[in-house]
Amino acid sequence: MMRLASAARATFAAAILTAFAFVLIGPLANLALWSVAERWYTPYKLPVTYGTRYWEQVFRPTGDAMASLGTSVWIAVLTVIVALALSIPAGYALARLKLPMRAAFMVLFLLPQAFPSVAIYINVARVFYQLGINGTVLGVVLVHAAHGLVYSVWIAAAAFAAVDKDLELAARNIGASPLRTFFTVTLPLAMPGIIASGIFVFLESLDEFTGTFFVGVPQVTTLPLLLYNAAMGGNYQVASITALILLVPSVLFMLFIERFLRADVLAKVGA
Amino acid sequence: MRAERQQSLRSGEAISVRGLHVGYGNTRVLHGIDLDFSPGSFTALLGSSGCGKTTMLRSLSGFVPVQSGSIMVGGRDVAGLPPEKRGMAMVFQSYALWPHMTVLQNIGYGLKLRGVPKAEIAAKVAAMLEFLGLSGYEGRKVTALSGGQRQRVALGRALAIDPGILLLDEPLSNLDAKIRMTMRHEIRAIQQRLGVTAVHVTHDREEAMTMADRLVIMEAGRIAQVGTPEEVYDRPASAFVANFMGAENILPLRVEHSAGGASLFAGDAAAELPPALRDALPAGRAMAYFRDDVARLDAADAPSAGDLVMAGHVAARAYPGGVYRYRVKTDDCEVTVDDATRHELGAKVGLRIPVQRLHIFPASEAGLAA
Repeated sequence: MMRLASAARATFAAAILTAFAFVLIGPLANLALWSVAERWYTPYKLPVTYGTRYWEQVFRPTGDAMASLGTSVWIAVLTVIVALALSIPAGYALARLKLPMRAAFMVLFLLPQAFPSVAIYINVARVFYQLGINGTVLGVVLVHAAHGLVYSVWIAAAAFAAVDKDLELAARNIGASPLRTFFTVTLPLAMPGIIASGIFVFLESLDEFTGTFFVGVPQVTTLPLLLYNAAMGGNYQVASITALILLVPSVLFMLFIERFLRADVLAKVGA
Repeated sequence: MRAERQQSLRSGEAISVRGLHVGYGNTRVLHGIDLDFSPGSFTALLGSSGCGKTTMLRSLSGFVPVQSGSIMVGGRDVAGLPPEKRGMAMVFQSYALWPHMTVLQNIGYGLKLRGVPKAEIAAKVAAMLEFLGLSGYEGRKVTALSGGQRQRVALGRALAIDPGILLLDEPLSNLDAKIRMTMRHEIRAIQQRLGVTAVHVTHDREEAMTMADRLVIMEAGRIAQVGTPEEVYDRPASAFVANFMGAENILPLRVEHSAGGASLFAGDAAAELPPALRDALPAGRAMAYFRDDVARLDAADAPSAGDLVMAGHVAARAYPGGVYRYRVKTDDCEVTVDDATRHELGAKVGLRIPVQRLHIFPASEAGLAA
């Protein structure tokens, strides 16, 4: 009887795990399958012919995919620089200085997330059009940075708050100026959190679609836009391969977070 | 290096604090402190938590802004200066070692700030580590050190800049008991050898007494008493100090003056008041404070022989080692007494208290301590 119960329990657990794995891995497996399917049509459950033709097409040096990958990475790098240049001072101020209306500031950085993004980006596109930066990399970077600041400011504030004040005072105490203390003690200790926020902004920029669509098209084509065009054009192979390429940095980021970010930094996000 | 250290024997600086008021927002923490620290002295700021001792130390180091008053060091008022301009080195309770730096980088930080060449920093840090008994630890990560070793590195970092003043903020409270004992003596010995002026904050009475030349007992943001360990222990200036220094037994008394002298009454017991105390105590109610080891247990009907002898019975007994510790109940009070002989619970005893060893204060003053 006992054995039956435990066997039933094990079966149940296995079923749950399988269902969970299917939900997680199913779409990914589908992507992987599509990326190597040269011909696949109903009623077949699996591709009719396999091959790497589309991989070659995507990775051809003259192909659209490589060009838009380059654009995507370039925009993402610039976005990280802009976001960190703002979020390091802002995060430090929010974590350390006694700001009046500190909570209001924190919420301010959340505001862009509070409204339907399409409505916002249509208006942003109108303003950028008047400024003449619509369809430029600068315009796209600004849109991505505004979006990324939400995370980077909050994470940077948490990273600075997690640095023990006594560590800074110890440096001041034996003769370091406030600026020197910041660069030799505070910033290095907050660095893992800052790097994490930078990577996060990088990934957000790489994935960003709506803003790029309204502000960048048609001059600026990033990878997600290419994916969109390919999928709309019925080219599931290119769409799948693009999606898989976009997946790589996300996985690397997860590994980084798991490996380097201290739990006490994560715990202070938004605190 | 040894010669160099010897030379800095005169490096201790004097501090003179006048009318120091410090507070956070609307809460006053220090209410006008006047205190002098002579060069090369070792002073312990002692008090229970919240008495302002840590705030006092942090206002000396410049971490807490001073509302009014002056802190004179070497002929100039440093009260308005930022921490980096005060020439005081602090050892933190948490050690506050930088986890992203090695031992060498931690101790050498202050020297690097002062533009000392790399080779010289390495040599000085090596000498400092030898001085602290940590030779060869330069390349270690501070996170890989034990508590006692971190403590030493923190001390080394503070001493590396040859400060005139060393501030110690409960530096031993995170160590286990055995290492704490050794570190007490080490810190004291190093301070003596370097001749630096040390200010030590602690809530541990024994630590303060064994390390410092002079104790400053603080109470609610004011100085309750300043003196050598002997003075403060044997002649507490107030009921609070007596109580804080371990005289935890409280005995309500009545003082009566007569033509020939003065007498003490506690319940049915009576004793002559020694001449020295006669003038200090007005007639009326008073409170006596005494330590566990002052009183003795005697036969219930023992003769007074100048002492206060009160009838009571044993309410509880423990054996902490060496002597028995009794809880004795009399009609008026309940006190703790150490005695070498064994008495059974409930036994009728005579509680013998030598009048000379009591710290007696008029009830009006003593009320503050309770």
